[in-house]
Amino acid sequence: MGIEILRRLAHRGAAGCDPRSSDGAGILIHVPHARFERTLAHTGIELPLEGDYGVAQCFLSRDAAQAAAEMRALEEAVRHHNQKVIGWRDVPVDERALGPVARESMPAFRQLFVGRMCPAAVFERTLFMIRKRAGRRASDAGLPGFYVASLSSKTVVYKGLSLPEHLADFYLDLREEETRSRIALVHSRFSTNTFPTWERAHPYRRIAHNGEINTLRGNQTWMRAREPLLASAAFGEHLADFKPIIRPGGSDSASLDNVVDFLVAGGRSLPHVMMMLVPEAWEGNSEMPVGRRAFYEYHASLVEPWDGPAAILFTDGTYVGATLDRNGLRPMKYVVTESGFVVAASELGVLDFDAEDVLEKGRLQPGRMLLVDMARGRVVGDEEIKSEVAAHEPYAAWLEGNKLDLASLPVPALPASMTPADRRRRMRAAGYSREDLRVLLAPMATNGEEPTGSMGNDAPLAVLSERPQLFFRYFKQQFAQVTNPPIDPIREKLVMTLASCVGGEGNLLAETPDQCRLLELAQPVLTNEDLAKLVGGALADFSVRVLPALFAPRVEALEPALEALCSAAEGAVDAGASILVLSDRGIDREHAGIPSLLATSAVHHALARSGKRMRVGLVVETSEVREVADLALLVGYGAGAVNPYLAFEAIDALDVGTPRGERPAHYVHALGKGLLKVMSKMGISCLSSYQGAQIFEAVGVGKVVVDRWMPGTASRIGGVGLREIACETLLRHAAAFEVEVPGTTSGGESSDEDALDVGGVYAWRVGGERHLWSPKTVASLQKAVRLEDASSYEVYARAINDQGTAPFTLRGCWDLAGGDPVPLEEVEPAAKIVRRFATGAMSFGSISKEAHENLAVAMNRIGGKSNSGEGGEDAARFLPLENGDSRRSAIKQVASARFGVTAHYLVNADELQIKIAQGAKPGEGGQLPGHKVDEAIARVRHSVPGVTLISPPPHHDIYSIEDLAQLVYDLKSVNPRARVSVKLVSETGVGTIAAGVAKAHADAVHIAGHDGGTGASPLSSIHHAGTSWELGLAETHQVLCLNGLRDRVRVQVDGQLKTGRDVAFAALLGADEFGFATAPLVASGCVMMRKCHLNTCPVGVATQDPVLRARFAGTPEHVINFFFFVAEELRAIMARLGFRTIDAMVGHTDRIAPRTMVHPKAATLDFTDVLVRAVQVESNAAADTASPFTSSTEEALLEAAHHSVKYGAPSTMQVALTNADRAFGARLAGELARKHGAGGLPDATVAVEATGTAGQSFGAFATRGMLLVLEGDANDYAGKGLSGGVLAIRPPARARYKAHENVIVGNTCLYGATSGKAFFAGRAGERFAVRNSGAVAVVEGVGDHACEYMTGGTVVVLGATGRNFAAGMSGGIAYVLDDDRVLAGRVSKATVDLETLAAEDDELLRLLVEEHVAHTRSARGKALLAAWGKRRFVKAMPHEWRRVLELRKVG
Amino acid sequence: MSDPKGFLRLPRVEEGERPVAERIADWREVGVPASDAAVRDQASRCMDCGIPFCHQGCPLGNLVPEWNDLVHHGRLDEAARRLHATNNFPEVTGRVCPAPCESSCVLNIRDEPVTIKTIERTIADHVLAQGAYVPQPARVRTGRRVAVVGAGPAGLAAAQQLARTGHDVVVFERDDRLGGLLRYGIPDFKMEKAILDARVAQLRAEGVAFRVGVAVGQDLRGEQLLHEFHAVVLTTGARVPRDLPIPGRELKGVVFAMEYLVQQNRRVAGDEVDAGRAVVATGKQVVVIGGGDTGSDCVGTAVRQGAASVAQLELMPKPALARLPGNPWPEWPLVLRTSTSQEEGADRDWSIATRAFRGEAGHVVSIEAQRAVLEAGRIKYLPGTELSMPCDLVLLAMGFVGPERQGVVEQLALALDGRGNVRTDASGATSVPGVFAGGDAARGQSLVVWAIADGRRVASGVDAYLRRTPTLARAANG
Ligand SMILES: Cc1cc2nc3c(=O)[nH]c(=O)nc-3n(C[C@H](O)[C@H](O)[C@H](O)COP(=O)(O)OP(=O)(O)OC[C@H]3O[C@@H](n4cnc5c(N)ncnc54)[C@H](O)[C@@H]3O)c2cc1C
Ligand SMILES: Cc1cc2nc3c(=O)[nH]c(=O)nc-3n(C[C@H](O)[C@H](O)[C@H](O)COP(=O)(O)O)c2cc1C
Ligand code: SF4
Ligand code: SF4
Ligand code: F3S
Repeated sequence: MGIEILRRLAHRGAAGCDPRSSDGAGILIHVPHARFERTLAHTGIELPLEGDYGVAQCFLSRDAAQAAAEMRALEEAVRHHNQKVIGWRDVPVDERALGPVARESMPAFRQLFVGRMCPAAVFERTLFMIRKRAGRRASDAGLPGFYVASLSSKTVVYKGLSLPEHLADFYLDLREEETRSRIALVHSRFSTNTFPTWERAHPYRRIAHNGEINTLRGNQTWMRAREPLLASAAFGEHLADFKPIIRPGGSDSASLDNVVDFLVAGGRSLPHVMMMLVPEAWEGNSEMPVGRRAFYEYHASLVEPWDGPAAILFTDGTYVGATLDRNGLRPMKYVVTESGFVVAASELGVLDFDAEDVLEKGRLQPGRMLLVDMARGRVVGDEEIKSEVAAHEPYAAWLEGNKLDLASLPVPALPASMTPADRRRRMRAAGYSREDLRVLLAPMATNGEEPTGSMGNDAPLAVLSERPQLFFRYFKQQFAQVTNPPIDPIREKLVMTLASCVGGEGNLLAETPDQCRLLELAQPVLTNEDLAKLVGGALADFSVRVLPALFAPRVEALEPALEALCSAAEGAVDAGASILVLSDRGIDREHAGIPSLLATSAVHHALARSGKRMRVGLVVETSEVREVADLALLVGYGAGAVNPYLAFEAIDALDVGTPRGERPAHYVHALGKGLLKVMSKMGISCLSSYQGAQIFEAVGVGKVVVDRWMPGTASRIGGVGLREIACETLLRHAAAFEVEVPGTTSGGESSDEDALDVGGVYAWRVGGERHLWSPKTVASLQKAVRLEDASSYEVYARAINDQGTAPFTLRGCWDLAGGDPVPLEEVEPAAKIVRRFATGAMSFGSISKEAHENLAVAMNRIGGKSNSGEGGEDAARFLPLENGDSRRSAIKQVASARFGVTAHYLVNADELQIKIAQGAKPGEGGQLPGHKVDEAIARVRHSVPGVTLISPPPHHDIYSIEDLAQLVYDLKSVNPRARVSVKLVSETGVGTIAAGVAKAHADAVHIAGHDGGTGASPLSSIHHAGTSWELGLAETHQVLCLNGLRDRVRVQVDGQLKTGRDVAFAALLGADEFGFATAPLVASGCVMMRKCHLNTCPVGVATQDPVLRARFAGTPEHVINFFFFVAEELRAIMARLGFRTIDAMVGHTDRIAPRTMVHPKAATLDFTDVLVRAVQVESNAAADTASPFTSSTEEALLEAAHHSVKYGAPSTMQVALTNADRAFGARLAGELARKHGAGGLPDATVAVEATGTAGQSFGAFATRGMLLVLEGDANDYAGKGLSGGVLAIRPPARARYKAHENVIVGNTCLYGATSGKAFFAGRAGERFAVRNSGAVAVVEGVGDHACEYMTGGTVVVLGATGRNFAAGMSGGIAYVLDDDRVLAGRVSKATVDLETLAAEDDELLRLLVEEHVAHTRSARGKALLAAWGKRRFVKAMPHEWRRVLELRKVG
Repeated sequence: MSDPKGFLRLPRVEEGERPVAERIADWREVGVPASDAAVRDQASRCMDCGIPFCHQGCPLGNLVPEWNDLVHHGRLDEAARRLHATNNFPEVTGRVCPAPCESSCVLNIRDEPVTIKTIERTIADHVLAQGAYVPQPARVRTGRRVAVVGAGPAGLAAAQQLARTGHDVVVFERDDRLGGLLRYGIPDFKMEKAILDARVAQLRAEGVAFRVGVAVGQDLRGEQLLHEFHAVVLTTGARVPRDLPIPGRELKGVVFAMEYLVQQNRRVAGDEVDAGRAVVATGKQVVVIGGGDTGSDCVGTAVRQGAASVAQLELMPKPALARLPGNPWPEWPLVLRTSTSQEEGADRDWSIATRAFRGEAGHVVSIEAQRAVLEAGRIKYLPGTELSMPCDLVLLAMGFVGPERQGVVEQLALALDGRGNVRTDASGATSVPGVFAGGDAARGQSLVVWAIADGRRVASGVDAYLRRTPTLARAANG
């Protein structure tokens, strides 16, 4: 049956260029004793009784000699642990079931049978120790090919790179009748983070995991750091064999399995281990029993969560269970039958059961566990198992007696505040500028707001800047894209926490009260008062040591100072310190501060290496930290708490209205909010797992520094060493202490601003940081395009291209290396080249109608492409104008908010771009404030004027690569003619994701640079997240080539592209198509005002204000001229390089010659890795011609509805569906929209009656005129993008379970629905009707986060609701049956009020319930109608919606 | 920028002007300072641009958006410090600068620019009103000696910057008073001269020594300066006027504008002017040749002196009323401007080439002119457009051709550039080591704002030369 499941889930796995090799599939089953006994009997081996022997499932080298050595290692380990070697068996396999790639990497398969010679109770642990020892010996002996997939007396794992549906054809054991198992854990892998190998297939020994561990690096480091403190009587001296506990080089899942495996062997029960490693969101959950909270809180002081989207199946042979991460970001459904089956899987319908047999159909909720106890022979619910585990020790009492809270400590005398002169010198030493005060600190200190801005970062990278940079600035935040979703830190805050513990930890294998003797911090920023409390010595058993992080102001003094600091730290730990404070308070003329990030990371790693890290907490007292990015870096590199003392002094001195006393709180609040956002970008919800996770990459930091002081940090192009870092610090130090600082002498008034440099990072300034967009470039470009003045263009292009000794960008460090020139006439014409150009995705909303349409008309005239952006598009634009121009955007974006994404919108596109991320704010959502939402915008976004519109950080239907594949499938179904592209942002690892995108059958992958434009983003994101497209593009091209996928996709790039030379480098690095956003805006009149987010653009570009819009003076010609100038410049370059076509140029990195740089910082860069010439490996794509986008049921539907499509005539159909039938109805929806437009056909023109379990995206984008009635159930995303159609799902007539208590549709239904109706006679999963903007739905129960971000439509819930109901909901109405009055505790009150129903509500509700009953025969509905008026309904009313409705009434 | 839409709400309101009838009766400034409240409002029109083109448009790089914001918030003292950080004499530029900042202001694309100059003046006057400038003497003296030749705006700015950095500065000035063209070129009705004294007092307090009435090159040889000082800065202006060598040039009543303007400035300052050399327009028919700013100053002066009529002739064609397409924002607009003096009564005409002065009894009685166009740099007379204008005073205001070549330039053997100005590099260094030049002397006739900018630039060049490491950057900040 497990095998059947694998087959039914084949669509979730991935196949690369070789369609018969997969990314991995596997199954874990009970040891098939009967099978082994019989086959071994042939070879003369006699097995002991079932359970008295263990089976080692081994992958061995194919080289016989090596294999023999590997076998010896295992046998030795068996004997070492005094067990008996029974004998070996060759595992029978059939290679023909494999594709060539899998066959090539295939190991040899043998099983060793180990006889039990110890008490049964310790046998599993002994087998664990044997496995560990053998692994250790093999790797010591240089035998990398050795891998034990499982060694247990209970379970055995069969896995590898076969296609899931062929696994049983490959492993012959699995085909045999006598191979029987009461359990089966199966898995099919879609690899995104690592290269597929045999080992990496799931299941592992204990778990199978669908998800992504975002905090892996931190978890690994912390585990490593804990190793020295581990001790266990059971393991004794063997413990040494196990270290490192986490096998280096393993995937995230493998690492988690290592830890689970170890902790279970260490004596904790499997559910206990899962609860401690993947805890549910307990922090803010008031509904949770005290004991269980205490369990989680206690364990939080032992171990940080393994954080990330995860559905984990686990088993030790006795328990089989499943658990979901706290966010529930992976689907998990289950069915319990009377005949004794329990099936849990990502999808419903993986096994067919008779409806009558089904007892329960459910879905696992976020953080919940489902357990089957094979010993007890029954299902153990979440409640029961967790209460049992939580009662293991008196955790609550332990916490009570030990945990400390800073607030409870006495307030000591505060250090005297600094003199202005002292403060100003320190500010200069820490590189403060006036901008830092005005732009960054002021908004934070006055109203706790994060500073926002617009447009991209056109300043040089830190390593290329000529101004001394803080060390922080070399690091870019990483973020989640595709493989795991970012979290929504505002609307889904309940899963997130900034709390952490500071202090020394103990032995992870033990549980004692004193292990929670820690200081608890609600958030990691210590005010000056907090720090004084800590250092004040009020706690006798907390010894706090302050270590000065300073060096003598000489370049060569930094390294010894760092070394001394590390040994001082170790010494302090040895001397019993439990908290170390790294402090630069001692800065003065003779002492410069060690860059705090360097100091923190160095000490963190030094202590970790010497096994002392877990014995202390690390606090950083620093003058450098001022903005969120700084704080995030220190925490990310190991700090437990940070005291930005100078920032506190600075905000105290600000000349702003806010009372001094209130500023620190505002500031801390803003930092905290920002930090949550940074964590959420990576999909991390707990600070404790963010701490030390190093989710950054360095751009321009040398290998020596990274390897020695910040190991594990990605840094692709080398860069500065300690010397340069010291130089920069000392330049600032000198500017503070070696010159007369204005405002530090007595006499005359002065302010801090007088003492500081102008900055010029956020706005151009004479003498400030350099910018590519300068008065000169803006003015000359505008002159060029308006007057068609080539010489002005030349002035512009030269200013941007000739970066000379002062480059801004990586390409600025490069030259084009010549080839044999060709005559200019032979180079393809500009008119052809401009077809590869696209304007950037910019929503109508962020820019004005005039600017938006101007770009579209221009691009349509020249055959390039404009991009709708994420705000929808007025359908009137789909039709050409009388003069032949077209305002239709060729590219239509599909972003997380799905504004205006209807079937009609989708079919009117040549390319559909799934926006995963945007360079200026990767991993974040966006917001269009109500005042920008006028009538027109509201119309195309299907919302109401004046209501703030929010784009969530994640696509709620893309939590994984499988999901992305599903969305690609959905879009291709609706519009088979359009290309689908996926927009990603450059970061290390983007290549692998791009490969995943290719495997998901997208046609193009778009790599956006970190420096791209934006209509509104937090400044911290604009500046500190993502990397240059040069890096991401090179990696993408290389990885795609390496995997033979390059010819499957087109590669697009954007981010600060401005000239032909920019395009040339992009092509040479591997791009086929090129996007420009800001430059064409400048051509249309933008003057880089950078006020797009304020709606006050004075040139009518980025504003909705009619007065300002009237000032828009751009014309299509301006834009066209720009693109032709660029193309002509490019042609000249091509001629010089000897390329006649761009196609010939793509990927020719050999034509890029890094210049010798004069600037000492730039001179440290090494581009070798980036400029590797990649060549596409032989691909088997030919074998993959069968389009994955056809389905026989869908074809049948099109056939049946043929007359409806053609003539609008009615049609009907009956069909049986399975979970493999995905996006049922979407193709028809597309056809109808194409033919009949947005209005569609009269209701129920096409009436379909379906039965069975529908696959994902049932009824996606169904248009008006479609009626899909399903008897059965449906998976995730039912009704996605519903565009006017009617869906009804009811349980099978023969079902005996209560519909409203069982799940009938999966997660994230009606996502982005714009109109239509849905009736579901049963419960829905999480995030029901998220971003609904117009559909009407009736459902009998919903999970967490229902009605999230809704902006319109009506939702009726006739049953239970989950937590966080209506978060971010700003429009529409929800009616909820709330007999038990629990909704008030579950609703997100920030945006909605709960009200009683008015008469007209009651009327509407009744009509809807009647309709529900009519479509679904709902028993619950009938009951309600029968007793109408007796049950308690409440109405969830968004504040903004009410305001708008009231306004309308008045109007 | 507390009100991002301030510019939509508030129209531009410049500082006022006294009524013509009132102002031509005296020599006081024409401008009426705006009230602080009005200026605060005006400052809110500034949008704090991502690229403040104003800031680029101002040769000094004045931190316009920053001080606009401070003014709007009523923080005038801090605004003054921010303003002085880049501009040594804002009380001067706030009055006489043609404000290229405003023409490049982003609001000037479609609307009317921020009243930057008025705001600047308001800030400057706020300090002026406090009586005296607080001197900012250097705390450490370097012991290096620098001679500055010429006490115009360039020389004074350089001197101030150098003194604040700790160098010992001696300024040599040929005239009897300090200020160069600020003192004797620009008429009082544009800028009352009292404001210069407070500034000079500040310079003295900062340690600058002045030697007035010393013409370097005559009273003191250039080589000697080089000998006595570690560095020499030439800021002697571009005082050689462009002449009009046509028949009748020798007639009485045909004089250079500067001769005329200096006299009047002296009179206003209370000096006696030798009656024999006096040139006065009272009751006369005056023709000013040259349509530029100097000419305009002549117009205003003549009007105040009670001229019977004033005509102003310009060879170049009449500029357009609005920007032409080839001259887009943020370029300096080549459009017709009307100065306050021209408002006061001048017949202006363009495309007129004067061909001869006619005289009677050795005194000019009329000019003979003809309409003309410029073709490829040559004058082309339009036949049949000859005209004659009666006049008894002709003021030649056709610009200046460069610095005086005799004297110090010659003595130090300084190389000149193609236009006859002292050749300098970016740091202001001339062809002779240790000798620097700036202001009109190095760039030809220009503007006060450029002179100050040059003075500052040259000062840091000198400082770098003297120390080999710049330390002026920080003085630039304060
Ligand atoms: C009539 C007139 C009106 C003007 N109006 C304006 C205006 O409204 N706005 C504006 O921005 N600009 C105006 N300008 C231009 C502006 O005044 C000059 O560009 C500016 O003053 C140049 O400054 P400077 O320091 O280089 O030279 P100057 O101001 O010319 O100063 C040079 C100084 O050097 C002295 N000197 C020369 N030779 C020697 C020597 N050998 N030894 C010692 N001292 C010597 C001179 O006596 C003089 O004091 C005007 C110019 C004129 C002529
Ligand atoms: C005003 C503005 C609005 C934008 N809106 C979106 C958007 O809705 N979706 C998106 O994916 N990118 C958006 N972007 C980013 C652009 O699509 C593009 O990736 C980026 O601006 C390219 O860099 P460039 O501006 O330097 O050319 C926006 C950019 C700007 C300037
Ligand atoms: S000095 Fe002139 S250009 Fe500069 S800000 Fe003042 S008025 Fe404008
Ligand atoms: S250009 Fe004009 S609006 Fe912009 S900052 Fe300068 S003064 Fe303000
Ligand atoms: S930066 Fe934005 S505010 Fe306008 S001028 Fe450009 S669109």
